[in-house]
Amino acid sequence: MLDFPRWKVISIWLLLLAGVALAIPSLMPDRVARQLHLDGMPRINLGLDLSGGSHLLLEADTADLVKQNLQKMEDTIRTEMRRGDPKIAIGDISTSNGQLSFFVRDVSQLDAAVEKARGQTTAVGVTGQRDWNVAVVDSTRIVMTPTQAGTAASIDNAMKTATEVVRKRIDELGTKEPTIIGEGKTRILVEVPGLQDPAELKALIGKTAKLEFKMVDMNVDQSTVTAGHAPPGDEALPNVREPGEAANAPIRYWAVSRRVILSGDDLIDAGLSKDDNGQPAVSLKFNASGGRKFARATQENAGKQFAMILDGQVLSAPRIDEPILGGNAIIHGSFTTDSANQLAIALRSGKLPVTLKFIEERTVGPQLGKDSIHAGVIASVIASVAVIVFMFVTYGRFGFYANLAVVLNIFVILAVMALLNGTLTLPGIAGFVLTIGTAVDANVLINERIREERRRGRGIVQSVELGYKEASRTIFEANTVHAISGLIMLVLGSGPVKGFAVVLLIGICTSVFTSVTFTRMLTAGWIKRNRPTEIHI
Amino acid sequence: MRLLKLIPDNTNIGFVRLRAWAFGLTALLTVAAAVLVGVRGLNLGVDFVGGVMVEARFPTAPHLDKLRSDIDGLHVGQGNLQPFADPHVVSIRLPIPSTNDEGATNRLVKNVQASLAAKYPGITFNRAETVSGKVSGELIRNGLLAVFLAVFGIAVFSWIRYEWQFGVSTFVAIFHDVLVTLGFFALTRFEFDLNIVAAVLTIIGYSINDKIVIDDRIRENMRKYRQMDMRALIDLSVNETLPRTVMTSLTILLALASLLIFGGPVLRGFTAAMMLGVFVGTYSSIYVSSSLLISLGLKPHLVEPKKKSGPSDSAERVG
Repeated sequence: MLDFPRWKVISIWLLLLAGVALAIPSLMPDRVARQLHLDGMPRINLGLDLSGGSHLLLEADTADLVKQNLQKMEDTIRTEMRRGDPKIAIGDISTSNGQLSFFVRDVSQLDAAVEKARGQTTAVGVTGQRDWNVAVVDSTRIVMTPTQAGTAASIDNAMKTATEVVRKRIDELGTKEPTIIGEGKTRILVEVPGLQDPAELKALIGKTAKLEFKMVDMNVDQSTVTAGHAPPGDEALPNVREPGEAANAPIRYWAVSRRVILSGDDLIDAGLSKDDNGQPAVSLKFNASGGRKFARATQENAGKQFAMILDGQVLSAPRIDEPILGGNAIIHGSFTTDSANQLAIALRSGKLPVTLKFIEERTVGPQLGKDSIHAGVIASVIASVAVIVFMFVTYGRFGFYANLAVVLNIFVILAVMALLNGTLTLPGIAGFVLTIGTAVDANVLINERIREERRRGRGIVQSVELGYKEASRTIFEANTVHAISGLIMLVLGSGPVKGFAVVLLIGICTSVFTSVTFTRMLTAGWIKRNRPTEIHI
Repeated sequence: MRLLKLIPDNTNIGFVRLRAWAFGLTALLTVAAAVLVGVRGLNLGVDFVGGVMVEARFPTAPHLDKLRSDIDGLHVGQGNLQPFADPHVVSIRLPIPSTNDEGATNRLVKNVQASLAAKYPGITFNRAETVSGKVSGELIRNGLLAVFLAVFGIAVFSWIRYEWQFGVSTFVAIFHDVLVTLGFFALTRFEFDLNIVAAVLTIIGYSINDKIVIDDRIRENMRKYRQMDMRALIDLSVNETLPRTVMTSLTILLALASLLIFGGPVLRGFTAAMMLGVFVGTYSSIYVSSSLLISLGLKPHLVEPKKKSGPSDSAERVG
């Protein structure tokens, strides 16, 4: 029990030293850390309540998304059935009750219609389940119902795009280190440190980017176009900056006709795809009217270029090789998978795929955060000093060991938080202060037990041994129940409660190490070296 | 050097003798707390009722009635003022505007801030929060669920670990702690928000810690003194652990006191709840859970006998 082999002593000290070393970068102000080139080390982030800033929670309107999907499918079915030879005549299309149902006029075409409808569904996940169920009712009607897996996948997909769109729009604000993450299945959490007025941010998130397709004026030598110089009836629009392009590279301008051939509303989807040679390409899918407009434009302008313009910037200007009649187009050329994907996202980001509502909004002023940190640090220091003095006065040498453990414990908690990339919130500071209070409880239990055993007339070594042994059981149980309440807070709590629970849980684990193992080692070392005949406790 | 000893050696206070009185007091406190919560209700913050909250710091402490009429003059719905311990700070709660448009709450906040800034020069705004009814409903549900799960989880733990009597007595005692804490919030009208839920959960954790220490000692003594009367045995166990109880409560109170005095206004409600919890938890360890063990018919011979080899061989080890 009191026997500590050398390797154990060394590893305990090394572990604690590592803890202190890892905690140090988090204790420095940003500026100092950068000067010492320590800003690459893991550090603790400050929560919004300490740094000041805005916290917004957005929720997707999934009912609206389901409705949109239904409408899109209706559009697709209308186009598809009209295509091919012979055309399939359908009627009485309805989208009530969350189902798309339509009537096939010629019963002999029913099987072909089902086949075509099935062709519009796609497989989701690994189970091979389709995203829509196609069924025949009364041997004349076809009913298409979205499957659960299909709806879930579509929500998931929409949330990914929505998160991307939100991130892009927040980046326009140029604020530092915004956090944009999905929460649950249908929510996005946005945290912007330093932002005081969320109104601007909300407007930015809610706005719709304008996507337009216009013809490039082929009568103009495009290499001579500069800002503001375009022939009458045209306008000069800048090309979007390619990623990796030098910031001071000259911007390329296009002269495009003012007439809009297609708008973002006509585009149903854009995605990454492959051309006939297996090269990366971007696929476009238009709705019925969009398909018609695109067909007419491509028939009239074969061999010319059209520009895809997002918020006044030309994303890409592909040449029309042949008329595209089906409502589906493929843009190919010198794409890499990456650049094709980028273009597809940019085309999709015209509008949010799903309506987002703001359901929670919190803004903390910068002064309050500063005051809170200041107050929290002062409270922690005073609490530590008070507890340290009290422990020393009561238990002497044993109290000193406990104090050393408490101080090291603070560093170790900070180190673990930094490694976990944790966030320190104001309740987290309260968690620290409380951990200081409860960590000494372990030592109080041990020391009181040693006192008791001494009173019963046991020898010094035996008393210390029994003190640690008997108290360890109680400490283990007490920490288990603490951990139970901490875990519940972590799982069910939100925001501030979570920040508190994290510190509490880490503190429980580390304090067992510092206040039991570490103090036992110190006590054992002292007894071995000095062989005391009497102890003051 | 003479060391501090708060509790003299061989202290023997007859805790169990006062049991009947204590039960009366406990019952009275619990009923009073329940009635207070039921009749007065809790002063729930925007976290739990939804709405808009603006926290302002005034250069000089404002007159609350005047401030209230100023807010009413804006015609933005029924305002609710919540003063802080610091008289310069007031939080103003307002209902969410009923229009469907996203910018409405921001305009409301700006409107309130602008008109207050005009009337009270030098005013600064600490915080602004908007919580929709949907989120506040979830927060209430999760908060309640967390507290219930904690109480049940811990009671089940003590039941599995010890005899069922320990589980029941712990459950009752913790229920009492939670109720009294809620009663305190109903009485003082301190704002009850998410932080307070964390405080309640911590009180549960602390209180249970205290009970486990005493329960552990009771069990140890039950194995040691198999013929002892249960009352005497509980008195002995409580007295034996008394130095630890006092010492730990004092250190935690020291830490909390520094948080209460220096920790800033945001944490004040949280700290006040925790301090109350330390007292209530310590009281209920002795007078609710330990005393209840007698009423539940726990007897030393019901516990399996101690093994011959030593008092602690079956013990878990830590470290």
